[in-house]
Amino acid sequence: MGSYPLIFELSKEGRTGFELPELDVPAKDVTKLLPEGMFRETEPDLPEVAEVDVVRHYVGLSRRNFGVDNGFYPLGSCTMKYNPKINEDTSRLAGFAELHPYVPEELAQGALELLYDTEQYLKEITGMDRFTLQPAAGAHGEFTGIMIIKAYLAKRGEKRTKVIVPDSAHGTNPATAAMCGFDVISIKSNDRGLVDPEELAKVLDKDVAALMLTNPNTLGLFEEEIVKIAKMVHDVGGLLYYDGANLNAILGVTRPGDMGFDVMHINLHKTFSTPHGGGGPGSGPVGVKAHLAEFLPVPVVEKEGDRYYFNYNLPNSIGKVRTFYGNFLVVVKAYTYLKALGGEGLVDVSQKAVLNANYLREKLKKYFYLPYDRLCKHEFVLSGKWQKEKGVRTLDIAKRLLDYGVHPPTIYFPLIVDEALMIEPTETESKETLDRFIEVMVAISREVEENPELLHEAPHVTPVGRLDEVGAARNPILRWSKDWQK
Amino acid sequence: MKYTPHTPDEVREMLSSLGLNTIDDLFADIPEEVKLKRPLNLPSGMSELEVKKHLAKLASQNGSADKYLTFLGAGVYDHYVPSVVNHILLRSEFYTAYTPYQAEMSQGVLQSIFEYQTMICELTGLDITNASMYDGGSALAEAALMAVNQTRRDKILVLATIHPEYRSVVKTYTWGPGITVVEAPRKNGTVDLEKLEELIDDKTAAVLVQQPNFFGQLEPVEEISRLIHAKKGLLVAAVDPISLGILKPPAEYGADIAVGDGQALGNGLAFGGPHLGFFAARKDLARRMPGRLVGLTTDRQGNRGFVLTLQAREQHIRREKATSNICSNQALNALAATVYLATVGKKGLKEIALQSLQKAHYAFERLIGEGYEPLFTGPFFKEFVVKVKNEEEITQKLLKHHILAGPGISRFYPELAPALMIAVTEKRTREEIDTLVEVMGGDR
Repeated sequence: MGSYPLIFELSKEGRTGFELPELDVPAKDVTKLLPEGMFRETEPDLPEVAEVDVVRHYVGLSRRNFGVDNGFYPLGSCTMKYNPKINEDTSRLAGFAELHPYVPEELAQGALELLYDTEQYLKEITGMDRFTLQPAAGAHGEFTGIMIIKAYLAKRGEKRTKVIVPDSAHGTNPATAAMCGFDVISIKSNDRGLVDPEELAKVLDKDVAALMLTNPNTLGLFEEEIVKIAKMVHDVGGLLYYDGANLNAILGVTRPGDMGFDVMHINLHKTFSTPHGGGGPGSGPVGVKAHLAEFLPVPVVEKEGDRYYFNYNLPNSIGKVRTFYGNFLVVVKAYTYLKALGGEGLVDVSQKAVLNANYLREKLKKYFYLPYDRLCKHEFVLSGKWQKEKGVRTLDIAKRLLDYGVHPPTIYFPLIVDEALMIEPTETESKETLDRFIEVMVAISREVEENPELLHEAPHVTPVGRLDEVGAARNPILRWSKDWQK
Repeated sequence: MKYTPHTPDEVREMLSSLGLNTIDDLFADIPEEVKLKRPLNLPSGMSELEVKKHLAKLASQNGSADKYLTFLGAGVYDHYVPSVVNHILLRSEFYTAYTPYQAEMSQGVLQSIFEYQTMICELTGLDITNASMYDGGSALAEAALMAVNQTRRDKILVLATIHPEYRSVVKTYTWGPGITVVEAPRKNGTVDLEKLEELIDDKTAAVLVQQPNFFGQLEPVEEISRLIHAKKGLLVAAVDPISLGILKPPAEYGADIAVGDGQALGNGLAFGGPHLGFFAARKDLARRMPGRLVGLTTDRQGNRGFVLTLQAREQHIRREKATSNICSNQALNALAATVYLATVGKKGLKEIALQSLQKAHYAFERLIGEGYEPLFTGPFFKEFVVKVKNEEEITQKLLKHHILAGPGISRFYPELAPALMIAVTEKRTREEIDTLVEVMGGDR
């Protein structure tokens, strides 16, 4: 398909795709309404196009994009499950979509009930005592959670400076801890891919504010010694933060609150199927145990009799982490999903997600090196090191998968696995889809032997071929310019 | 309702290929002591039909803008969203995709972000824009952090006329790393320039200003810019993107960073979210930008294509040395803004801004004609505040006529009460504005 025009390149002077009704109030001279120096002198160079141009252009762009509705998307730690269509419909109900955040509370009772009930569901699923739905994404939830820990420690008069993060952790964990003013201490995983209690013991002292952990971890492995780890951290007065990115694996089986975690976030867009939107909007509710509830961002939703209300009266709150109440319509989607599935449906999610991951792991380990050969949870990590020995990198394998119409797994993460391929099939994929993926991966492993050039030059059937990322970073062109036409 | 496709036979077959007998065997690695040994105490699942009815009932309890005539503003505005926007958002290739990590398969979203970046640069006059932030408040807070890093100074001056919720977010973000935030007082409806000048010193990383400010008033941004730049600090402006259809872009009065909430650009009211924050800056700040950037490049055949670029600033590569922890942003909302701006175009945006301005001033003058007094007398764009006898009474009276206005100023500035905020967009007709005036008239 090759290059595709930019909307600016379709622009033609004088063309329009939009009309307002005639101004029906008496028009005043605008220079009398605003002081002279306030007006802009040059017009912003927005496109001049007809509505049909807009529609064809963006429909065309959509065809150059791949989503879960297009096919298999086993992107590890991202939980790219199928998103039920009803979620889109309920979030577009006018009573939600056209609701202003500052309507009087008596006119937001339906919205408040939804927020309140979502919190009740999340409490039961996680074993935490209170939630805020304000954070807009997982990393925003991490920020909120670590700030809550900081506020808790400050109130106790403690000046703890360190946050411990395993070397297999998501990059957001260390970035968040640093953003909150903590020193980041990285600890090595052991040869089983888990947090090593001995390594942990070496860094645990009275300066430790928290340990950030995801369980199952980014290798898809359950931290079997979690109870011991929790005790070790608590014994030195630190808190335990749960990164909920991998929550999809344990619904109804075990709960962060029962494992000893004090604070956690949930990625509603992952576990509770509110689609990822090509990079957002997400939603990252934060749950805390009772001793931390007073530090949650304001407002929290409360119920008194039949009436729901926003409670801003939390004197020890960390404040607000964003305006208003969070990504409300995303919460509507998650709530819709929770209502549809119910308790037994949620357990089914984790069972099938774990079944699918283990099925793939078992079938693929003959063809790709499996560094941690044991029961996994929702995802597992292969290594392309056998293929690397033959001159084919994991990046090449990923690009070749595009030719087969499959979105590649997460690659080169976690950093502790050489040439990593992190695969998360999710529960909504059928055995047929998994079998087809296995066939494709086997075919690619054969191509590595027989025709490595095919992989080096992949992809072959996408709208554009392999793109020069190095060149893009060396000479960044971050916007269109009308000078291009000259 | 379940969305898993497995048949019982398939489950058996898959388990047996793993040498397992039951589904529970898949969880043998979880210690017994932390296993939940009871069913989740949640209601049973519902059919799609039941869920839909239940959600429709909750939605119907809300006083949404399809049922009420709305003059509510204060950061979220009832601007018109053309039909085409929602139709593009419903293309599931966009909304069911993840972050575009595999560029060749994600040219659609990558190119739309590149177009978005261009449009925000055009609106603000600045050189570079990221792929979006969570909202206006968090964008402003990240701008403060960026200014601190850039200038290596640790004090931020925040105008007291900035949206109170934005200021609250800035305080939360700056508390962790120990940045000092000082509020620059107002004098009437805008900043007190004399006091501001006194507060700016060699430790001031940036002055944060909102234009138009929370009250709808226009700040003396040129003066503020001069004051902070004289001390080599940065100017951060939070702006209403619709206003930029006619108002001077932030770059022209010297803003180094411009942020704002993009809600008005094709995103609905949504009870406050999801919206998007936009974030633009001078070119030399590129390597300190939070969030994602999309850049132009080529493939081996010379075809034009787009990739995430300058990723070496980001958390997945730099970990604790990243410029920000932002990962998921508001990409789909940025797409809405892009489609919106493409649809209304340069003429449309100007007309929307002009009609909002004209209609707001019509409403203002009619209310003054009815004997209302303005809280502030400076120039304003589409929002203003009038003094009232009793906030609660007038709000209730308006509600009886199915009109939403406000919020009452006491919610944020008790010392200015009683007064009511009123926002007027291009959507309001003369008849609707006259109805507001009629109901409010005689009360003053």
